[in-house]
Amino acid sequence: MNPHASDAPIVDVELQPVRPGEEKGSFAAILQDLVFTVDHKKLGLMYFGTGLIFFVIAGLMAALMRYQLAIPNHDFLEPDVFNRFFTMHGTAMVFLVGMPMIFAFANYLIPLMIGARDMAFPRLNAFGFWIFFFSGILLYFSYIAGPGLYDAGSAPDVGWFAYSPLTLKAFSRGHSTDYWTISILLGGIGSIATSINILVTVFCLRCKGMTLGRMPLLVWLYIVVAFLVIIALPPLSACQIMLLLDRFLDAKFFDTQAGGDAVLWQHFFWIFGHPEVYILILPGFAIASEVIPVFSRKPIFGYPVMVAASVMIAFISLGVWAHHMFAVGMVSGANTFFAISTMLVAIPTGIKIFNWLGTMYGGKIRMRPPMLFCIAFLFQFLIAGLTGVMLAVAPFDWQLTDSYFVVAHFHYVLIGGLLYTIFAGVYYWYPKCTGRMLSEKLGHWHFWLFTIGFHLTFFPQHLLGFLGMPRRYYTYDAGRGWDEWNLISSIGVIIQAAGILFFVINLVRSYFKGEKAGDDPWDAWTLEWNTTSPPAEYNFEKPQVVRSRRPLWDLKHPDDPDWKYE
Amino acid sequence: MSAEELNAGDPQGFINDPSHPDQPWRLPSPRHVGIISLILTESALFSIFVVAYLWYIGKSLNGPFPHEVLHLPIFASVCLIGSSFTIMGAEFALKKANHALFNIWWGITIILGTIFIVYTGLEWHELIYEKGLTISTNVFGSTFYSLVGLHASHVIVGLFLLITVLISSFRGKIHHDHHEHVEVISWYWHFVDAVWIVVLLVVYIISVHADRPIV
Repeated sequence: MNPHASDAPIVDVELQPVRPGEEKGSFAAILQDLVFTVDHKKLGLMYFGTGLIFFVIAGLMAALMRYQLAIPNHDFLEPDVFNRFFTMHGTAMVFLVGMPMIFAFANYLIPLMIGARDMAFPRLNAFGFWIFFFSGILLYFSYIAGPGLYDAGSAPDVGWFAYSPLTLKAFSRGHSTDYWTISILLGGIGSIATSINILVTVFCLRCKGMTLGRMPLLVWLYIVVAFLVIIALPPLSACQIMLLLDRFLDAKFFDTQAGGDAVLWQHFFWIFGHPEVYILILPGFAIASEVIPVFSRKPIFGYPVMVAASVMIAFISLGVWAHHMFAVGMVSGANTFFAISTMLVAIPTGIKIFNWLGTMYGGKIRMRPPMLFCIAFLFQFLIAGLTGVMLAVAPFDWQLTDSYFVVAHFHYVLIGGLLYTIFAGVYYWYPKCTGRMLSEKLGHWHFWLFTIGFHLTFFPQHLLGFLGMPRRYYTYDAGRGWDEWNLISSIGVIIQAAGILFFVINLVRSYFKGEKAGDDPWDAWTLEWNTTSPPAEYNFEKPQVVRSRRPLWDLKHPDDPDWKYE
Repeated sequence: MSAEELNAGDPQGFINDPSHPDQPWRLPSPRHVGIISLILTESALFSIFVVAYLWYIGKSLNGPFPHEVLHLPIFASVCLIGSSFTIMGAEFALKKANHALFNIWWGITIILGTIFIVYTGLEWHELIYEKGLTISTNVFGSTFYSLVGLHASHVIVGLFLLITVLISSFRGKIHHDHHEHVEVISWYWHFVDAVWIVVLLVVYIISVHADRPIV
């Protein structure tokens, strides 16, 4: 007989083996718990913590680069050190900050939002985290081990998109590029594993009544993200494998002297690289789609259209990659195709912005920190989208490609878009994860300092691009009209850093001293608020049943439930 | 929340809602969704190597060229594609709880897969030691060995899975209700076969007959 099916009362069994000398709560016990856990909530928080650490490291690298560029002819960073810094900053921010941050929210929230006990494959989930973790360690380990036996090279210095033939053995000596390649290959495997896990969880573990049309928009958007990951990450892995074959087995994929084609690397990289942008920004949309309705006290405006627009964005994003390559000199037919397909993205994105505005319109808006970050996100992402459409115009791109205009554009996307919604998400779900509220006062300081600093840093970079300043130059001569804007941009970094400091202090301080949150501090509507804060390991005491998109509204308002109108 | 709480005020409509206790609530099997996702992501990986192969057709600066060294591997292809049918035979046998027949079909599948991989090994041996084509000879060598090698490594993984199941079956650990587990492996095996058809077309037919770049 199956022992699990017995009628014996459930006994509270202590599953963690406690060895002599290891008190519960000791460092060794906590470490053991972190290493052995397969709980989606703990893994989610571990993703977030690791991402935050890499964010601070990569952010400090950016700050040092801005210090170098603050004044003309500055000699604070050597040119080769500067090359390593922008490579490590870009690689880390995309693969070691962006990816874990989006998986942090996916891991923590998706099982709770669909009323499940855990992810579908908990051990695969832990595997995904640890392989990401070690890929990050490997990337930074290159600082020590990059020279290898060649006594040349250090950290990777080929730029985050590592154009060939710069990465070939002849031009990139030592092991720096090998560390970069293998780290990204491993990280890709982890991302794919986690995305398959997300798809299976959402399709197979929804609680009773949770039809696809009743899922929270966050869950819908993560389906789209997971699809994009499993389709767009393999091209990245494929071109890393080719690069490894070139470097170690002397294959000729990107060796132009043997008939190889350096432009093929660019195609393969951007076939991954552009969908990656949407892999990173769609979770931002997902968080905004949860926060904005709750803080406007209205259901989301146009739920099916929001889903359709997300699917459309993902679909179009697979056919726009070569807009990163206008300067390569493709045939004009290709330029036209990629210019038009890129502009098409603006349509579903515009639909989403109008739907968020429609949600806010006529609502009782509560200006709490999560909402502040979402409103800023709307404005900033609009600017990012507009400069994106400008860069889609091929002749305009020829003029401004690889200039600071491009740098400003994608920082508005990734900071003004993604990072702001991550902040919103942290302020919104921190009470659920810890049981305590983040401080409003510190939150406002964080918001205003970071917003002022962000615009001060990145808005002038649009102008620097117009004035002809190329990206990735380690210094510049005085008197070209770039001096003031660079100085302003660097001053902005100090203000941003102060904002981040308030954020980190808030995270730590509120964990111990924050106001008690209770189960549902925001009067929200999705299932994660229908359990304790923080949720128990088993998530819900009873199996959940839902009848509409806002199950908690139905519960709180039995006289006027949502399902009457859906 | 319980179904009763949701029920308030609308007993009629509630009966037809998926959240009603009497309504069936069916979700797809995690194994199926998982293997379909894996096949999708693997397809994306293979398509990049196939595109690279097509891209470099006719662009090698020195020989050997495809038409000089490649022969259509008819026998090996028949074996691999035939193994897709034998594995289906094994699945049907397991669904009917006929374990002896299952072992026979499953064993034949392993033999066919092994023939294929041995053929690939012999082909590579000939190419490397007699025809002088290695991964570093020219772009044809690079793209050929990476694409065919990626496929062969998938065959090897498949064989490992197949043999694991056969050993478990001999030890009496494969039962009728494992048909879904077996199905997952068989879907993977069908995928490996389907990829081979593409490889056969691109490598052994198109590139052998193309005398100039096609892209």
